[in-house]
Amino acid sequence: MMLLLGALTIGLILAILAFGVYLSFRIFNFPDITADGSITLGAAVTATMLVHGFHPLLATFCGFAAGAIAGALTGILHTRFAINGLLSGILMMTALYSVNLHVMGKSNVPLMSQRTLLSEAESMATNLCGGATELHILVWEVSVRDLAGLAGIFLVVCLVGLALFLFFRTNLGTAMRATGDNPQMIRSLGVSTKAIITFGLALSNGLIALSGSLLAQYQGFADVQMGIGMVVWGLASVIIGEALVGQASFGLLIVGAAMGSVLFRLLVAIALRWGLDPNDLKLITAVFVFVALVAPKFLRMSRRRLVTAVSEVR
Amino acid sequence: MLEIREVHKTFHPGTQNEVRALQGVTLTLQRGSFLIIIGTNGSGKSTLLNAVAGTFLVDSGSIRLACNDITKWQEHRRASLIGRVFQNPFSGTAPSMTIAENLALAVLRGKPRGLGIALSATTRAEFCDRVRGLNMGLEDRLDNAIGSLSGGQRQALTLLMASWLRPELLLLDEHTAALDPKSADQVIRLTDELIRRDKLTTLMVTHSMQQAVNLGDRIIMMHRGEVLHDLQGAERARVRQEDLLSRFEQVRRREQLDFAVAEMLQRTYV
Repeated sequence: MMLLLGALTIGLILAILAFGVYLSFRIFNFPDITADGSITLGAAVTATMLVHGFHPLLATFCGFAAGAIAGALTGILHTRFAINGLLSGILMMTALYSVNLHVMGKSNVPLMSQRTLLSEAESMATNLCGGATELHILVWEVSVRDLAGLAGIFLVVCLVGLALFLFFRTNLGTAMRATGDNPQMIRSLGVSTKAIITFGLALSNGLIALSGSLLAQYQGFADVQMGIGMVVWGLASVIIGEALVGQASFGLLIVGAAMGSVLFRLLVAIALRWGLDPNDLKLITAVFVFVALVAPKFLRMSRRRLVTAVSEVR
Repeated sequence: MLEIREVHKTFHPGTQNEVRALQGVTLTLQRGSFLIIIGTNGSGKSTLLNAVAGTFLVDSGSIRLACNDITKWQEHRRASLIGRVFQNPFSGTAPSMTIAENLALAVLRGKPRGLGIALSATTRAEFCDRVRGLNMGLEDRLDNAIGSLSGGQRQALTLLMASWLRPELLLLDEHTAALDPKSADQVIRLTDELIRRDKLTTLMVTHSMQQAVNLGDRIIMMHRGEVLHDLQGAERARVRQEDLLSRFEQVRRREQLDFAVAEMLQRTYV
């Protein structure tokens, strides 16, 4: 049960990462590798501020803002200096590695007794339950603290997802979706695609950094290595989400991305429980994304072949 | 009013692929006039339209539109004055978005876009009304993705979107060239209707001599990046398809002459 709660919570935290990746990768068709650096940046900024005694809300917000700045810089590299999208992300990610070390001052910042958003949620829940630390749900004994963390994160993910959904329905959000769909058309309607892409990447990386900030508070430390492979993780979540909800409207796709993230985390937790070597985790994630990207094309092709074969037989 | 003065544009200057696309085009278009541009392939018709739309900045010369010097304006800034329909039916609309969402984008052409909700009940009602005017049955399909529409339907919608806010200038770049004859007729009829009703100042590039003769109040013929003929007033009123075709033939002969003379000179002197 502990394992399940933990996997659910991390899955939900990384759902916000999946939102960010959905925005850059699916809305703009922009493979933005900045994510690997900005998730760590969010964690680093928040952890460092918490250690210095800032309020958790402020620290989390600053994590988000730092990620947004990083994303905007990637956008500027790409749009103003006409650097290939992938390369501008790589440049930013590489630069962020040093920035993160400078922010933290060392490669790992532990959060021992600091107040975090999660500890706040936990103490609130403990008060609510009248001081009890364990709850009986059906046959399981569940710690109130874990449950409070999960509930708090769930609330945050719902709010962020809803905000994103509403944003995509505004004039600005509609223009953003059109920018990914047909840049020529939206320019002819008076929108600067450069500005929109920069803003979108800022928003995307802000969300990703927010995810990193929450992750640091949940696991109790920020580490300079924690971002490695995260963009692929986010992609996997988005792809699973699309498989779950199908070719749907963006509202469902947002929900799908969150579900995909949780499902993927659960699958990983189960695989690890069954004795998967944790060292193989990134390899398996990469292979999974590869298969998920290629499989639809392959399926279409073999279906077409089947159809032509059948018609020839006839 | 549109004033194009001594506009030059060379693509890939100084390389083997150098193309002198515009070589000193000067053109003044009164408010409310409807100009048809014809010319051979590579004569610079579409380049002229793109120069006005701001797809690229011109090398020299100036472009003024409705009392603004727009020569140095970026494409998206010019869009506040210019509505545009492309040759390719895929270019003018966002395929994965719905008809209503595409219209919502067009309603704000050239205006700041904030956090207001894009599709309210009142805007939907207005969309429904104007789309019904197209007579294509699209008013019942406002929530369908544009990708599910035919080329003709897309061009009709793009035309509606481009003219929604009565632009100072409407640019039509062979917007029926990629359509089947029936859809092309339908779109041309709609074009004529819209332009007459709103008295839109229009630049239209076409390959069809029939369209050139039937539409518009002025015809220019371009050749090698310059305006070769400019037919207006009584001369425009008299012109028939055959006259235009014979002018094309003249151009063709002159080209051949260039070639033949060059060969003759080569034989004689080299």
